Amino acid sequence: MKALVPVKRVIDYNVKVRVKADGSGVDLANVKMSMNPFDEIAVEEAIRLKEAGKVDEIVAVSIGVKQAQETLRTALAMGADRAILVVATDDVHADIEPLAVAKILKAIVDEEQPGLVLCGKQAIDNDMNATGQMLSALLGWSQATFASEVDVEGNSAKITREVDGGLQTISVKMPAIVTVDLRLNEPRYASLPNIMKAKKKPLDEKSAADYGVDVSPRLEVVKTEEPAQRAAGI
Amino acid sequence: MAVLLLAEVTGGELAMDATAKAVTAAQALGDVTVLAAGASAAAAGDAAAKIAGVSKVLVAEDASLGHRLAEPTAALIASLAGDYEHIVAPATTDAKNILPRVAALLDVMIISDATAVVDGATFERPIYAGNAIQTMKSSDAKKVITFRTANFDAAGEGGSASVETISAADNPGLSEWVENKVAKSDRPELTSAGIVVSGGRGVGSEEDFALIETLADKLGAAVGASRAAVDSGYAANDLQVGQTGKVVAPELYVAVGISGAIQHLAGMKDSKVIVAINKDEEAPIFQVADFGLVADLFDAVPELTQKL
Ligand SMILES: Cc1cc2nc3c(=O)[nH]c(=O)nc-3n(C[C@H](O)[C@H](O)[C@H](O)COP(=O)(O)OP(=O)(O)OC[C@H]3O[C@@H](n4cnc5c(N)ncnc54)[C@H](O)[C@@H]3O)c2cc1C
Ligand SMILES: Cc1cc2nc3c(=O)[nH]c(=O)nc-3n(C[C@H](O)[C@H](O)[C@H](O)COP(=O)(O)OP(=O)(O)OC[C@H]3O[C@@H](n4cnc5c(N)ncnc54)[C@H](O)[C@@H]3O)c2cc1C
Repeated sequence: MKALVPVKRVIDYNVKVRVKADGSGVDLANVKMSMNPFDEIAVEEAIRLKEAGKVDEIVAVSIGVKQAQETLRTALAMGADRAILVVATDDVHADIEPLAVAKILKAIVDEEQPGLVLCGKQAIDNDMNATGQMLSALLGWSQATFASEVDVEGNSAKITREVDGGLQTISVKMPAIVTVDLRLNEPRYASLPNIMKAKKKPLDEKSAADYGVDVSPRLEVVKTEEPAQRAAGI
Repeated sequence: MAVLLLAEVTGGELAMDATAKAVTAAQALGDVTVLAAGASAAAAGDAAAKIAGVSKVLVAEDASLGHRLAEPTAALIASLAGDYEHIVAPATTDAKNILPRVAALLDVMIISDATAVVDGATFERPIYAGNAIQTMKSSDAKKVITFRTANFDAAGEGGSASVETISAADNPGLSEWVENKVAKSDRPELTSAGIVVSGGRGVGSEEDFALIETLADKLGAAVGASRAAVDSGYAANDLQVGQTGKVVAPELYVAVGISGAIQHLAGMKDSKVIVAINKDEEAPIFQVADFGLVADLFDAVPELTQKL
């Protein structure tokens, strides 16, 4: 079975974000960017499934600016086999909405025919928590969100989900979309030799137009502001 | 303009607080119809009919809707969507599982975790763990929205909406419920409690987390935790407060042995009064705290508990 892992390039979680003075957005110039932490967990899970003999190929996909290549190289260095970069904008401040991302991912799924898609539960920049669910709807596949345990057994998978009341376990038919939560695993660091090897792994570059997907946003950002500051301390 | 609101139904019962808060948000958009769906949902529907501001309740009872599985619930909502311009829900894990799926079925974007309604198409929502607030205007014909309950007051009681029974959509049969592991507790529910006492990595062990629980019980408070405390096994996952956990805004939030990482602050910085106990006076939690106590929690917490 092939596993597809969408990985998003986001501002590093340690960076204190700054809102631009003109209210047009968040300042991303010269800011450290990294793989969305939830997506590292998704890549790690795919690798573990491969090590367990349940997955035979891992394809990482990123949609966004050309620089998302670096994010894909990280996934390859961790252990993904190949990567697809879909350049959908050349503006580092533009971001592609989950609905458009899901449509592009659907086209890739149609081509690649994976048995499993492992997404992050949310991207830590926009915190939408939507892409996996949307992709699942477009494909008509089963969905299991917020996974803290994934157990693939042939034609189905048992997934434990982190929900408001505690934990819920469901069984989903394969192929399935799983979105991963923080406690699923501890992602590995890429070793130096693997970082070197990753440079030689295949990385295909495509554009949103190649998949016939219109990425124009449905939500217009009217303004971006600093949250109200709390008055500190007594 | 009509709004369809997915009520939060757990085990056949209405989660009143979350649903009533979403009703407040939804009323700003138009006439509110509440959908109570579940394997058993009639009692929840009757309870929802009493929320002030609800004009109609739809009750869908079917085995396939039990446990709020995303596929059949989303299919049902999508089948009803024709009559509504807005489809909304409180931003619970159930709704976050279901509504993005509904949005994609309708070919519209989801607006998650909205914190304010500007007008029928324009909403505020936090991004970057609450470090920025974005105002977004939707150009979609239908708007699918989850509302962050901490930002809205609960609608009162006194409504008398009509209740209509509807049938479920076809179950695509893609997933099945296996089991729930519900953390049982007699304490108030975290997202609706007036007081929350949270413990972090500083508490050091599952055994010592009892210090937090005892203090909470003295105060009649809910118990919360940082991610580090949950990851280390001191507290259950559903107690996590923060960007990826629950968002709370109680009258009083007591943070014990929590450093105050932005991801944690994202879940509690709208609390009315914040008290922090931490032995490190440089801890960032003190930057948002109204009352800070620089002390060893193993001295301060038992002393506080005893004095109460
Ligand atoms: C700087 C900035 C500017 C913006 N400008 C606009 C604007 O002008 N107009 C507008 O309407 N909106 C704008 N937005 C908002 C934005 O389009 C969406 O709200 C945003 O994409 C929400 O998605 P998410 O990343 O939170 O997705 P989530 O659904 O939270 O992501 C979940 C998972 O989906 C996968 N995934 C998501 N995106 C990708 C990707 N690109 N590639 C691969 N995998 C992915 C990952 O596995 C990820 O973990 C902007 C956002 C930013 C940060
Ligand atoms: C994608 C992502 C999402 C995240 N989501 C969340 C989230 O939702 N919620 C969340 O909480 N975190 C989240 N985190 C983690 C967050 O970044 C921090 O790591 C976490 O909040 C730290 O928890 P803590 O404050 O308990 O631990 P620490 O940062 O280790 O702080 C422990 C504190 O206890 C104090 N202390 C130690 N001993 C004592 C003592 N005896 N008496 C008094 N004080 C003492 C220390 O001085 C220290 O300040 C997320 C991280 C990432 C990357």
